[in-house]
Amino acid sequence: MSSEVATREVVKSKPKQESKLLKQIAKNKLLYLMIAPGLIYLFIYKYVPMYGLIISFQDYKPYLGISGSEWVGFEHFRRLFSSPDFWMILKNTLILFGLQLFIFFPIPIVIALMLNEVRRNYYKRAIQTLIYLPHFMSWVVVVSISYVLLTLDGGIINGVLEFFGFQPINFLLDSTWFRPMYILQIIWREAGWGTIIFLAAIASVDPQLYEAAKMDGANRFRQIWHITLPAIKSVIVILLILKIGDVLELGFEHVYLLMNSTNRHVAEIFDTYVYVAGLRQGQFSYATAVGFFKGFVGLALVVFANWLAKKNGEEGVY
Amino acid sequence: MIGDKQIGTRIFNIINATLLTILALIMILPFIHVVGSSFATGAEIAEKRFLLFPTKFTLSAYKYIFSTDTVVKSVMVSIFVTVAGTLWSMLLSTLTAYGLSRKDLVGRRYIMFFIIFTMLFNGGIIPTFIVVQQTGLLDSLASLIIPVSINVFNMIILKTFFQNLPYGLEESAKIDGANDFGILFRIIIPCSLPAIATISLFYAVTYWNTYMHAILYLSDAAKWPVQVLLRQIVVLATGMNYDSAEYTDVPPPSQSVKMAVIVVATVPVLLVYPFLQKHFAKGALLGSIKE
Repeated sequence: MSSEVATREVVKSKPKQESKLLKQIAKNKLLYLMIAPGLIYLFIYKYVPMYGLIISFQDYKPYLGISGSEWVGFEHFRRLFSSPDFWMILKNTLILFGLQLFIFFPIPIVIALMLNEVRRNYYKRAIQTLIYLPHFMSWVVVVSISYVLLTLDGGIINGVLEFFGFQPINFLLDSTWFRPMYILQIIWREAGWGTIIFLAAIASVDPQLYEAAKMDGANRFRQIWHITLPAIKSVIVILLILKIGDVLELGFEHVYLLMNSTNRHVAEIFDTYVYVAGLRQGQFSYATAVGFFKGFVGLALVVFANWLAKKNGEEGVY
Repeated sequence: MIGDKQIGTRIFNIINATLLTILALIMILPFIHVVGSSFATGAEIAEKRFLLFPTKFTLSAYKYIFSTDTVVKSVMVSIFVTVAGTLWSMLLSTLTAYGLSRKDLVGRRYIMFFIIFTMLFNGGIIPTFIVVQQTGLLDSLASLIIPVSINVFNMIILKTFFQNLPYGLEESAKIDGANDFGILFRIIIPCSLPAIATISLFYAVTYWNTYMHAILYLSDAAKWPVQVLLRQIVVLATGMNYDSAEYTDVPPPSQSVKMAVIVVATVPVLLVYPFLQKHFAKGALLGSIKE
């Protein structure tokens, strides 16, 4: 659009570009009125908090406010990096991200390929309806369902284990089960939903390609390998790159709901740490510094991921 | 030769269909077990005599949770937040999306950057909390709505949809002397009902499922939405209260009561799901189209 406006300006006006611009704005003042509430909202609840990040360089006291609080420089960042908690959180973050990348990520691709091989449409739709459903359940519901199924106190999973002569397992309090539970819940909730984008990419494949492959005697696996997979390769690449930008977004709600005093050493991530340190313990400035670090690294990762996408000939995200 | 191939294809199809069926069952059976158990007697659950449906149906769990007004109140809170929040978010999102969809909006590119940047970076939990506090929203239900008025992703889906409508629609309305608001409400919105419905349902599900903002901004238990109550009843009652500060001194509820609360917290989502399902895949894809 900007090019369109530019041409118009070049063609029509030479001396009074500014007044033309103002006229253009005045002509569409109702449009600006329309977007004003949305922009004001974003300003107050997104941009003002960004300004609020400066309290991470202060010893913020709520009753003194930002203007009255004492400046302490990088004190809180120094404290973060020298704290053993930092390394624990970093390790947990990388492990949970690794689980997402290596275990979760391929699953929707495989399911999408399998769905694509289903010839009967009603059957395909029925499966889709069922596997998309968990995406719409809240994390509280997902975690709650896990709890009532896994508890020692009448949970059906331990009932089945006992029935087959195994010892019951204290899934909920045994910290070794935190990571499997975390990734299984993500798979359960998101694997079906994640197929949508791949199915759309597959749908754009020219059916004639399959006909030709069949003529050449390619079986179903070869058709998947040589036609379907290459067709969705660029979608896979771009989602993979997007995932890199999301290393630190591991789901505050989800992890917070799973965390308890026995598994904290494997469950704590930046968001939960910020929440507890800031709002539970009242260390506003320190928690903001931790959040700032997380947000800054996150932004750098997104920019890097976008650069990587563009370098690979993909469109990029912004 | 040809016969072999047909048998191969058939075996492939059967295995594929079986695996997918198992997958779909894994996705749905846990929830069915929960629904079944919510109608079971405590004794039957304790003895683990059934996998999906109890032999004796009883409504006692539901009678129990609706006997006090705790659950009823939190359901009312959730309904209010869902309805008010969805209307508010749709109003703001539609206005913003339509304004931005119009090519004659000078400076559109800069405004889009202003908007998209909020997806890439934000002030984080504490500074946002301080702003919510300063704007006087703490401990009011508005804190679950106003700070999340617009989901930028949803807004962009709407904008993309509006952009793809034929421009002639607007032109003819303009000739008839309608202003931009008239065009939006009398022409654009009626032509975009599927997109409006999809995004409304996305918002509604998000508001119904709201949990994090409630624990951040509401300390008054009387204002808890149903998700927070569910968490209290199911998770904290198992004695693993990491957040002991939130602990309430109700006696630990029985399994079937927990199951019943899970059902209550999920049913509205299940009710809208069939409507959602019709459009959402399309909606979700629209969002992936680049601005």
